[in-house]
Amino acid sequence: MSTALVTDLTIFVLALLVGIEVIGKVPATLHTPLMSAANSIHGIVLVGALLIGVTAHNAVGYVLAFIAAFFAAANVVGGYAVTERMLKMFRRKAPAPPAPAANGQAPGGTAPDEPPVPAQPVPGARS
Amino acid sequence: MDTFTTNIQLVYVLAAACFVVGLHLMNSPATARRGNQVSVAGMAIAVIVTLVLLIHDGSVTGVGWTVLIVGALLGSVAGLYSARTIQMTAMPQLVSMFNAVGGGAAALVAVYEYIHDESSPGGVLGTTSVFTVLDVIIGSVTFTGSLIAAGKLQGIVTGQPVIFRGGRVLNAALAVIALGTGAFMFTTASLPALLILVLAALAFGVMMVLPIGGADMPVVISLLNAFTGTAVAMAGFVIGNWALIVAGALVGASGGILTKLMADAMNRSLANIIVGGFGTGDTAVAAAVSGDAQVRSIAADDAAIQLAYASKVIIVPGYGLAAAQAQHGVAELAALLESRGIEVSYAIHPVAGRMPGHMNVLLAEANVPYPQLKEMDEINPEFARADVALVIGANDVTNPAARRAGTAISGMPILDVDQAKSIIVIKRSMGSGYAGIDNELYVNPKTSMYFADAKKALAEMTAAVKTLVA
Repeated sequence: MSTALVTDLTIFVLALLVGIEVIGKVPATLHTPLMSAANSIHGIVLVGALLIGVTAHNAVGYVLAFIAAFFAAANVVGGYAVTERMLKMFRRKAPAPPAPAANGQAPGGTAPDEPPVPAQPVPGARS
Repeated sequence: MDTFTTNIQLVYVLAAACFVVGLHLMNSPATARRGNQVSVAGMAIAVIVTLVLLIHDGSVTGVGWTVLIVGALLGSVAGLYSARTIQMTAMPQLVSMFNAVGGGAAALVAVYEYIHDESSPGGVLGTTSVFTVLDVIIGSVTFTGSLIAAGKLQGIVTGQPVIFRGGRVLNAALAVIALGTGAFMFTTASLPALLILVLAALAFGVMMVLPIGGADMPVVISLLNAFTGTAVAMAGFVIGNWALIVAGALVGASGGILTKLMADAMNRSLANIIVGGFGTGDTAVAAAVSGDAQVRSIAADDAAIQLAYASKVIIVPGYGLAAAQAQHGVAELAALLESRGIEVSYAIHPVAGRMPGHMNVLLAEANVPYPQLKEMDEINPEFARADVALVIGANDVTNPAARRAGTAISGMPILDVDQAKSIIVIKRSMGSGYAGIDNELYVNPKTSMYFADAKKALAEMTAAVKTLVA
């Protein structure tokens, strides 16, 4: 085994362990954005596609480089854009939910017959 | 030149660090967006420094630049367009497509590198070839496997498990061919061998995903995500680039963790899912629901009374909600109930939907605040305090049969919906879920069934509640 290979393997194994440690803490709520973020990160293969472009000097090489660049760019740009779009939707509403909720209900034209009760009714009073 | 190369490598390390920090910030919805931006910055750094390297190197031909730039631009437009226009319900398909192109690109890097090496006088290098072969195999399997998965999710390919006689033999044969050819390529540089390897791996990808059914998709997508990451890491070995190795390993870890979480949430081994189909061998156990059990259906008005006078309501969304695009409807009903001071939360089973966390994204799209989205372990003790559990298009994950031995879903962790004081189930028909068994929850005396499309049912209930409290 060459030194370079040993170095590469070391980096691979350590990165794998870092990944397990970091990603294990991501809550289930964010699993879809996590996967799409991971998706865009593997778009780094675009760098690989660019690097093979260095040595491409014939038709086969150009075609392969073209497809690889297309795939990888779609991966990286699309992945980041869709992750951003999803994450923008996650919001923690201020701890007073009645106000925004009431706004959302405007079209119905039904004013609540009583002001929102603080959520402290006797549990199980009704069934 | 040497200092230059060193500097380039250092910049790649910086990019890799950005990826780690970016993923770390995904630990909380509050910081996740910043995490994504850090990750974007890392990617931009990596791409820019690569362009600098190419310009410095000076050996890229004019045609080469055109090919790379046009390819990357077209790809960016395609990716951006789909990311902007995709519906949140179709997110699993899109993620699958990104897995496909990522795996495909990684495979192409290895294919190109092999052709390039093979045509040089010295033949292939032994060490490079091992990773080249692995990259080609994993990348190609991911490419076709993800395309089939996306097709199944989109409804182009049937969502039912496709199983035919000799399928497993064919799979085994393809695996043997791929591995045999790969081994041969370690020692001998051969273009036909590469071609056979690619074709066998592509076919294997198709054959691997075809027998897997729709509800197992969360596991499949996670697994293919892990494959893509691994393929990219292998591409990193092939071209000796640390950024690819680190990024690929991170994605491999992410996909691997999610795969395990999903498989655990179904209490099924990965092998069992890949081999395909539910209930192979024990199909006779289905008759758990006794014949005289009565199913009670309910009208919108009665459902509205139960909901409007509850003090705590737990909503249990399933794939039926996504299929009916009913996420906004449920959010509207929940907001109405909350405006009456009713405590509303959502119980999210890990495999609800078609990919990990799918339900959370749909509900976030409908402006449901994420603190209301509760994971299974967190919400299960709360069902006993809930006046109404409203089940929308979820089936197997609520079936109490999972607690008994001898059923197709025995041992699968479920939501304790039957602990609630009353249960309303919105469902289109009495049809059984993916596991193909009857749901004992539906004949529970506390359960009322509301037979309708989820979107329509929720609109009717919301209207009924409004009329009731007006």
